[in-house]
Amino acid sequence: MLIALKKELELRAMELKDETIETIYFGGGTPSILETEEIESLIDLVYENFEVRSTPEITVEANPDDLSSEVLKALASSKVNRLSIGIQSFFENDLKLMNRAHNALEAKECIEESKRFFNNISIDLIYGIPGASNEQWQENIQIALDYEVPHISCYALTVEPKTALESFIKKGLVEPVNDDGAHEQFLLLKDILEERGFVHYELSNFGMEGYFSKNNTAYWQGKSYLGIGPSAHSFNGQQRSWNVRNNSKYIKALEQDQLPSEIETLTKVDRYNEYVMTRLRTKWGISLNYIKKEFGELYLQYLMDQAHSFIEGHLLFHDKDQLYVSKKGLFLSDGIASQLFKLNL
Amino acid sequence: MKHIRNFCIIAHIDHGKSTLADRLLDYTGSVTDREKQDQLLDNMDLERERGITIKSHAIQMEYEYEGQEYVLNLIDTPGHVDFSYEVSRSIAACEGALLIVDAAQSIQAQTISNLYLALENDLEIIPVLNKIDLPSANPEEVTDDIVDLLGCDPDEVIPASGKTGLGVEDILAAIIERIPAPEGKPDEPLQALIFDSVYNPFRGVETYFRVINGSIRKGQHIKFIATGKDYYADEVGTLKLNQVPKSRIEAGDVGYLITGIKDAREVKVGDTITDAKNPTTEAIEGFEDVKPMVFAGIYPVDTEDYEELRNSMEKLQLNDASLVFQPESSAALGFGFRCGFLGMLHLEIIQERLEREFDMTVITTVPNVSYHAFTNKQPDDVILVNNPSDLPEPSTLNRVEEPYIKASIITKADFVGPVMSLCIEKRGQITNQTYLTTERVELNFDMPLAEIVFDFYDRLKTVSKGYASFDYSPIGMRSSKLVRVDILLNAQTVDALSALIHADNAYTIGKKMCEKLRELIPRQQFDIPIQAAIGAKIISRETIKALRKDVTAKCYGGDISRKRKLLEKQKKGKKRMRQVGNVEIPQQAFMAVLKLND
Repeated sequence: MLIALKKELELRAMELKDETIETIYFGGGTPSILETEEIESLIDLVYENFEVRSTPEITVEANPDDLSSEVLKALASSKVNRLSIGIQSFFENDLKLMNRAHNALEAKECIEESKRFFNNISIDLIYGIPGASNEQWQENIQIALDYEVPHISCYALTVEPKTALESFIKKGLVEPVNDDGAHEQFLLLKDILEERGFVHYELSNFGMEGYFSKNNTAYWQGKSYLGIGPSAHSFNGQQRSWNVRNNSKYIKALEQDQLPSEIETLTKVDRYNEYVMTRLRTKWGISLNYIKKEFGELYLQYLMDQAHSFIEGHLLFHDKDQLYVSKKGLFLSDGIASQLFKLNL
Repeated sequence: MKHIRNFCIIAHIDHGKSTLADRLLDYTGSVTDREKQDQLLDNMDLERERGITIKSHAIQMEYEYEGQEYVLNLIDTPGHVDFSYEVSRSIAACEGALLIVDAAQSIQAQTISNLYLALENDLEIIPVLNKIDLPSANPEEVTDDIVDLLGCDPDEVIPASGKTGLGVEDILAAIIERIPAPEGKPDEPLQALIFDSVYNPFRGVETYFRVINGSIRKGQHIKFIATGKDYYADEVGTLKLNQVPKSRIEAGDVGYLITGIKDAREVKVGDTITDAKNPTTEAIEGFEDVKPMVFAGIYPVDTEDYEELRNSMEKLQLNDASLVFQPESSAALGFGFRCGFLGMLHLEIIQERLEREFDMTVITTVPNVSYHAFTNKQPDDVILVNNPSDLPEPSTLNRVEEPYIKASIITKADFVGPVMSLCIEKRGQITNQTYLTTERVELNFDMPLAEIVFDFYDRLKTVSKGYASFDYSPIGMRSSKLVRVDILLNAQTVDALSALIHADNAYTIGKKMCEKLRELIPRQQFDIPIQAAIGAKIISRETIKALRKDVTAKCYGGDISRKRKLLEKQKKGKKRMRQVGNVEIPQQAFMAVLKLND
């Protein structure tokens, strides 16, 4: 696999030849598969093949059970400068329900240990968990705040098909996910974190000033990215491509110097839709000037026509150049985006 | 003429009429092996799928019996109460009828009413006990039922099976021996009965007729008495599996006529064909201009498709003269048509044909019957109310009349109670109750037609566990207490959801409509109050709660494309909904009132 990853990186070096690499991101579970030396060798390869800025953000995403002291120490001595840790919850009952490999104690110890080596740390928390009270959720937030991590990502629990949780809910052993409850916890979270100086810069992301995820922000701002590995997605501003999911097919293709990917070219409508969809989730909102400049007067007119009833209903608000989702509209932003969409003919 | 036999088949749906007819065709060599397909007579896809005959058909067989060649004309009749007028005209074209009764299910309401029609027309009835090969067959008992009903000899009942072909030879023999030959006067002026017509896009309307007196020949100058129009007979012939052109069709025989007519409305079932120069003095009795019984709005799903819908409806009307329509507009649905149908099945057929044959998806509004309204100002002038919006303001309204029917229901004795409760709930008044046998009861009710339109069939089936059959005939207008129930979404009246309802039921139905709409209208970003109102008075209220969460938690590099496509799909789905104010209403909500008890 490592050979294949390196091969893909080299084969695709040309794709970003006019760009400077700003961030490097190792996705979920990487440290449990690759040794730190292997991660380092991949970073080195990026430096060899691409133009990299002087202080890039280099993140490793990991679960607490992957981050032993040794691993943390090794990572800290590499170019890696940011950790994103899948804590999920500091409560045993939540972690069991979600079938996580770590327990509450490990979650806490992991953060403490990480803080010895890293300053730029993000943790993930999950809300809207069946059976978890608002009080417990507030306590979860409080624990995170006590650790003084500068970035918190919080996701509403979704029940994925064919998981243990789904079958528990079907059997009536666990109460189903409740949107009203999730919404309440989301608002609690937003209020508490904002009071503590966090910026709610994307629907699920809160960061202290200077600690927003540069890598993820790039996705929402339509920047180019190159995804390496099975099922990784890439984007160059006009086209999106994605690699096969299957590991052995991926490796086999690269053994034959072939890229195992599919490409779609975005139409103007697609690009407009993606802009609307991603921007609505962020604090930056939709820039009307950008719409006009990039897509033209007719698109702007269409957008404002569609937005009209949402503005009246206080789900969107319009401030000079910007169109934002209001606090009331945040939890509805997909539905709103869909209504602002244009359809390809 | 001595060697012609004209007969039809009377049977209930699923009693095996079409299969047995196939056997007759097969046995007489009227179809080659290559032409064989199941249920030859039902040649509309819809008919095959639903197992019912919608159009009449006719087919001629030749059969040698005891050394003599006979011509047997089978006139197949529609199998649904919506088309009872067409059935009556087909029956009038025959001298005999096969009464086909399922050996397991025995006699049903519809069989009886068509049988009475046949008896009124002095048809010779040949009872056939079909499906006797079924394990559930009960030949002795059902034979007794038939004997009771017809007063015939048990030996006259022919056991048969459309599946195995048993009894086919006996049936053919009985047709020849028992059904009288037609009695016409070949030398009199032409008098032929139109019993059906079929639209052929290349040849125009094909008219099916039975010559009563005289004869019709190719090239003859002819006239239709009811419409007063005259034509030249471009082609006449007999109906085998394919049409066989002939120079002349004589008295007593059945055939087809092509005159180049392009519009089915010119060919009226029941009309008389005669010679233009030497006409008959008498039209054949029983002609009626078919009147639509049920009205509903049909609208294109996409407002831009209005013209296309108009074209499709016009084309449909070319081959279905019983469909009537005129343009109407609705604040909720835009431009569409108010359409008149023979009944609910006819409505469904039109809707399906629009979708299948013309690729049109349509929204059909709540159907209603045709009411007569009278105002205080002009208490003697009838105002036809075919649309809820036609009903005059309650303050100006003098009275309303609604169409009534005589309903005949045959069921097992066990279900008399529930069937009666249902009919009484539907404002029926019982007029008669007859035990046909110890097990089978015929119930007669006078009922408002409007009550049949709303979920009657389904509920009758449910309360009788499927053991009830139903038929009806109109018996005129009676006074009624009618109100218009309006539906308001987010405080705006949605005209297309208004319904005309009897005052006594308005509260219950208004409440159920609100509940049903709450189920059918998707939650939106705000609360949507649903109200039912009579005039300014709110009679019921429900609320569709606002969506709480409509966003996925994660939207990173690998999620964007899939998520965009998902939201695009949602947008497309919404495009198929209708927007009233800021409320999106899905198509099926407009028919919701029909399914209030689901």
